Amino acid sequence: MTGATGPGGGRAGREASAVDLAEAVRSGTRSAREVLEEHLEIVGVREPEIHAFNLVLADEARAEADAVDAAVAAGRDPGPLAGVPVALKDNLCTRGVPTTCSSRILEGWRPPYDATAVSRLRAAGAVVVGKTNLDEFAMGSSTENSAFGPTRNPHDPSRVPGGSSGGSAAAVAAGFAALALGSDTGGSIRQPAALCGVVGAKPTYGLVSRYGLVAFASSLDQIGPFARTVEDAAALMEVIAGHDPADSTSLAAPPPSLREALELGVEGLRLGVVTELMDGVEPEAAAAVQQAAAALEGLGAKVGEVSVPAAVYGLSAYYLIAPAEASSNLARYDGVRYGLRTDAADITAMFSETRAAGFGPEVKRRIMLGTYALSAGYYDAYYGQAQRVRTLIIRDFEEAYRGFDALLAPTTPGPAFELGAKTQDPLAMYMSDVCTIPSNLTGQPAMSVPWWPADQALPLGVQVMAPPLGEAVMFRVGAAVEAASPPAGGVEAASPPAGGVEAASQPAGGVEAASPPKAGGG
Amino acid sequence: MSSRISREDVAHVAHLARLALSDAEIDLFAGQLAAVLEHAEDVAALDTSGVAPTAHPLPVRNVLRPDEPGSCLDREEVLAQAPQAEDGRFRVPRILGEEP
Repeated sequence: MTGATGPGGGRAGREASAVDLAEAVRSGTRSAREVLEEHLEIVGVREPEIHAFNLVLADEARAEADAVDAAVAAGRDPGPLAGVPVALKDNLCTRGVPTTCSSRILEGWRPPYDATAVSRLRAAGAVVVGKTNLDEFAMGSSTENSAFGPTRNPHDPSRVPGGSSGGSAAAVAAGFAALALGSDTGGSIRQPAALCGVVGAKPTYGLVSRYGLVAFASSLDQIGPFARTVEDAAALMEVIAGHDPADSTSLAAPPPSLREALELGVEGLRLGVVTELMDGVEPEAAAAVQQAAAALEGLGAKVGEVSVPAAVYGLSAYYLIAPAEASSNLARYDGVRYGLRTDAADITAMFSETRAAGFGPEVKRRIMLGTYALSAGYYDAYYGQAQRVRTLIIRDFEEAYRGFDALLAPTTPGPAFELGAKTQDPLAMYMSDVCTIPSNLTGQPAMSVPWWPADQALPLGVQVMAPPLGEAVMFRVGAAVEAASPPAGGVEAASPPAGGVEAASQPAGGVEAASPPKAGGG
Repeated sequence: MSSRISREDVAHVAHLARLALSDAEIDLFAGQLAAVLEHAEDVAALDTSGVAPTAHPLPVRNVLRPDEPGSCLDREEVLAQAPQAEDGRFRVPRILGEEP
């Protein structure tokens, strides 16, 4: 019965990769329209249960796919992601298309411009299938804080997909899109990637333009890729990375060349397992990292343990810094220029009533926390102190990288939890990000690669961290973790009877593996 | 529940943040903010004398450009997104203290 819950049943192993789809479309062996329709069929079957999307852009996507096909027919190259269906987290601005941040306060808003990452995707020939659900303004770890209802984990719909980019993670895991973009402020790409069994990466701060990403905490936010393979994630990174004059924190660094790094292997690389991030996680999360580390050692890497002492203060520092920045960033939602307005007698009452009506509980909580941490008498004790601790964390990671090329840790303390399990206890929910937060504070790149032993009902993630701008080594290690991960082979053989029943309900020509059997057999 | 954050504190912060909170929300947040700040005590208690604060993870420098006109968003398109607009401007309710 292990196959019932193992990777064979859960992974979308039979689907073509995004890289393969683009190649097929560019060479004319498949049409972008046909690829899109296959994905839309899967959306039609499973989306009512999963709710990955706030908005499916079927007609717009068809027009984009037809334009890609027309380009191919005319002998032009539509770009490296030609005809690849992508899903966009709904905090990325899309010109003329509602961008809600899953908040009522942005009701009706249609941005007058595309985010830079979105423009780059379009220029690369990708086809946007829809805008995905998130925790309101990206504040949360389960996608339950959405004004439009939660997203469910495609591997077990009684469980959360993680968050805040839960819709993007679920869309890729369910086969609604081959790729997706998310944003990661404290783990909001990596944590849902781990919980949904897909690859997710947070680039070095500044490598991907934040222009058009609705701001949560500006010194921590980064846009990054979701994909089913490390190579696909690298291909998407290559498209979205690069300097942008519209973002004053955009790095001048040239866009990294990642896909060639995937071939290099890990022989001779020094990899450190971070002791502090192994403490306190569930046994299976620690075991996943140990198994991955052993496998990498077998491939020639030199693996050791490394202490990053200040990492233990990451969570506390983050939950002062991020709310402080959020309270400032979210001051703009005042009912004047866009979105919701609640009428009131004077402007101050209009501000307060609009914000009370438009923001959900978690957003209010963080605005309150941040405003408190920044208020007179507490600024230095909380916000200033958290910023100094941030310096300590950066120093300790710098020290660790003197002895190691990349670091390993669990992505999350455990697998996906049941819906509702943590909604009443904000601190318990915040703990979901304990392993991912340090990389946002330091600005270093970090990625989650699925690790799903056959005896586990749900996927986990192995996290790979590298020094700032160390994307190439990070993807190298990520590719090796992927290659060493418990066998994805025997996908069909591992499909359990229950999976067969579900697969049979898929439309002919649909991608059966996109409908993974419910873990635990239902 | 920690007594460290009173209802008055919460109401004051809500006013600063321009959030009209219900009595129930004030009670809820008083407890929850106290819990998070209690968790942050480990950070507050650290000796960080001589440590410079980090506001930004990587070194950044000021970004300048030549002072030349560039393209910008279309005014009508932007105003079309506003709850109320008039004569090419955003329209708001009266400012506190002014006669209507």
